[in-house]
Formats: sequence, C-alpha cells, structure tokens
Amino acid sequence: MSVKHSLLALLERGPAYGYQLRAAFESATGNTWPLNIGQVYTTLNRLERDELVEALPENDSGQRPYRITETGRRHLAGWFASPVQAADRPRDELTIKLALAVTTPGVDVTDVIQRQRGATLRLLQEYTRLKSAEEHAELAWRLVLESMIFRAEAEIRWLDHTEAVVARAELPAPFPFAVGEPDPAEATPELDRSRTN
Amino acid sequence: MTVLHLKGVSRTHGTGENLVHALVDADLTIEAGELVAIMGPSGSGKSTLLNLAGGLDAPTSGEVLVEGTVLASLNKKRLAALRRRSVGYVFQDYNLVPSLTAAENAALPLELDGLSAGKARKLALAALEEVGLDAKQADRFPDEISGGQAQRVAIARALIGERRLVLADEPTGALDSHTGEEVLKLLRRRCDAGAAGLLVTHDARHAGWADRVVFLRDGKIVDSSAPLAGADSLLEGAGS
Ligand SMILES: Nc1ncnc2c1ncn2[C@@H]1O[C@H](COP(=O)(O)OP(=O)(O)OP(=O)(O)O)[C@@H](O)[C@H]1O
Ligand SMILES: [Mg+2]
Repeated sequence: MSVKHSLLALLERGPAYGYQLRAAFESATGNTWPLNIGQVYTTLNRLERDELVEALPENDSGQRPYRITETGRRHLAGWFASPVQAADRPRDELTIKLALAVTTPGVDVTDVIQRQRGATLRLLQEYTRLKSAEEHAELAWRLVLESMIFRAEAEIRWLDHTEAVVARAELPAPFPFAVGEPDPAEATPELDRSRTN
Repeated sequence: MTVLHLKGVSRTHGTGENLVHALVDADLTIEAGELVAIMGPSGSGKSTLLNLAGGLDAPTSGEVLVEGTVLASLNKKRLAALRRRSVGYVFQDYNLVPSLTAAENAALPLELDGLSAGKARKLALAALEEVGLDAKQADRFPDEISGGQAQRVAIARALIGERRLVLADEPTGALDSHTGEEVLKLLRRRCDAGAAGLLVTHDARHAGWADRVVFLRDGKIVDSSAPLAGADSLLEGAGS
C-alpha cells in the first residue's frame, strides 16, 4: 500500500496537517490499515523534500498544515492513471501453501482446504455483518469492505475449484531430492511437525 | 428454542449395487433466530437434508423434529398442516402453480389453511411488496413474469404468515446479484425476527449472511463451527 500516494490524494481535498490526514485515511478505509502518526510525518517530510507538497506557516494552535504542489498533482494523476502491477502485491502465502501441500508426503490436502475455507467463510460472515450494520457508511469504506468481501469470495471459489481438481487428480509422487550430490548450503531441514501455519 | 433437530438422520436410495448414501448420520440443531447455510459439492446431500427437514421426504433411520414434534409420529393430515403453517420452502426450481396469479400463488398456503380469500390476498400483496413486486405484477401469471420475478414470488410464498422454519434451496439461482442480495437480507431479517432458517447455497457470499455454515461431503456433515482438529492430524506419518 502506498502511504505516499494516499496522502497526496487526501491533500488534493485541501491543505491538512498530520493528524487530520491520518484520521481521514482511517475513516476512508474503515481502520483496515491503521497508519501510525510517525509514518505520516516521515512521509510528509519526504514528499516536501521531493517538492510534491509544501508546508504552510504554522497556525494559531501550532499545527503545520501541508498543501499539495503542482508537481504533486501531476504525480498523483500519474498514480491514478497506472494500473497496480501484480509484482507490487505481496506474494500469496495460501497459494504457496497449497502448492506445497500437494507435494508434501502425508499432508491431507482436502483437510488443509477445508480449514482454510472455514476460516475464510468466518471472515466473510464478519464482513457481511459489518456491511449490514453500516448501510449508510461512507462510500469509501463501503468500497473497501466490498473489496474484502469479493476477495474472500474469490478465495473460497478457488478453494472449491482446487478441491475438485485435487480429488480428480492422481496426486503425483513428490519428486525426492537427489542423494549423493550434497550441497551443504542447501541441506533440507526436517519438517517441523509442530508448526503447520 | 430449538426449531429444527436432526438426530442421527440417514437417507439411502436404492439397494445392493445401486445403494446410494445420500445422507449419513446427520446431527443438526437450529435455534429460533438462527440462519444456517449448507454448502458442499454437487451431490453431497444438501437437497436431501433440506427435504428431510421439511418433512417432504422421510429418513431411512434417525429422527427429524420440528418444534419438538417427531415428524414420523404425525399422520398425513397433521404433517400436511405442519408443513403449511410452520414451514416455508423455496425450491431449486421454484414450483409455482401455472394457473394461479403471483398473488394467488403467494396466498396459497394461507388459503389452504382456511384464511378468507380477502385476508389472504392482503397478506400476499404485502409479502410480494417485501420482495419488490408491485400490485400490477401480483396479478400476472407465472408465464407472464420473468424467471427472477417468479423466484421472488416463490420466496414471498415461503415467508408468508408465521413460518417458524424457512427452508431455501439455492433461492437466488435466477436472480441478479443485487436482487439475490435483497433476498438474503429478507431471509436474514426473518431470522432476526425469530424464525429459523436453513439455506442451501453454492455461493460463499450468500453464506456470509448465515450465523453458521455446515459443510456436507459425500452425505456427511463437516461442521465448520465445530472446533478444528489439532494441527497434528494434518501431517499424520510425515517425518517419522
Ligand atoms: N431419488 C433418488 N434416487 C437415487 N439417488 C438419489 C435420489 N435423490 C438423490 N439421490 C442421490 O443422493 C445424493 C445426494 O443428492 P442431493 O440432491 O441431496 O445432492 P445436492 O447436494 O443437493 O446436489 P446439488 O448441489 O447438485 O443440488 C446424490 O448422489 C444423488 O444422486
Ligand atoms: Mg440440490
């Protein structure tokens, strides 16, 4: 997530100081991504250094509001105009886990899938509850909530699909590591049975 | 208060080579105010469970209790009365009577139960309005309305009167996502008002409205709200 662009976008509404920016960010995203105030100030400093924002004179209550500059505006427009690249997103642990589950001896893949589905469904139930409790919530927050609902839904559909594919497939015997060509730097650690997450 | 109780319910079809275990030793209780979703792959026994819960089918073994009454203990007439008064159904194929208008279809359970035609119609119109159908649409026949509208008539019929158990098998099949969501909200509201609901769905988004989700696989219940087994069982035999 880009704090830098988020702050620029908020400043496009008008000048604001650190605490106001943090509050606006959190109300727009429903506290999904808590932002600490230190992060806000260091980001503002960097934005000021790069001349994307400028500091205004201190007001009567001692706060220093920032204002977006022309360069900042162009930068922000560029951000909105470019799609988010897959590489900018974090790697998906679940995908990796299931890919490993089908090749790890003794792992019950169906069980791994069922556990994940149960957990994701519970999350989906919580989001749905939030959504119905806040029918008149801010548009930005509703959008964030819908996005989380769609993701959870997609994950469950993918799990259903994976379960069906796995059920139909003959699970391949996992390819054993070659013996006799020792590479001391890459010794395979023993599978830790106490930690499956 | 427990509205629905399945006690070790099994249902098999056929014999010998053709024996199918549609539902195996199912235990399930649903309290008033609860909405429970049933999920599972095609053929896993979801419709079977729902039909047994509503007394449309009888178990091979085990007991089904609705509001404390064992369904098998009722004679035909009393079972029919219970189905009319206490249980509302929405089926996979919504089962409207073609020779009756939307309003008459919705009013059917009330009329069968002896309510005057006038009163039944008034309640039917209100129920149809709740699912987003106006008075003009209420007087059309099933073949004069769209599939989604017919689905809503079926839902109105299931919710009309004082149904304490509402059973729905993929009730949002023919509906667009917005109307589908409205139907789920309706079901949710019904349950919040004290009904018990059982909803079969393939759609995780719809299961999101439920208090509990029950998974079926090969006729067996894998209850998601039961505590998960220890992580050890996942790696049986690995590394040893
Ligand atoms: N009358 C019948 N005779 C024989 N087998 C039956 C009968 N009714 C259902 N079955 C079998 O029982 C199993 C469970 O069927 P059921 O209709 O409950 O599945 P389902 O979970 O509702 O599937 P779907 O998601 O496709 O609607 C299936 O294997 C089905 O073929
Ligand atoms: Mg079915």
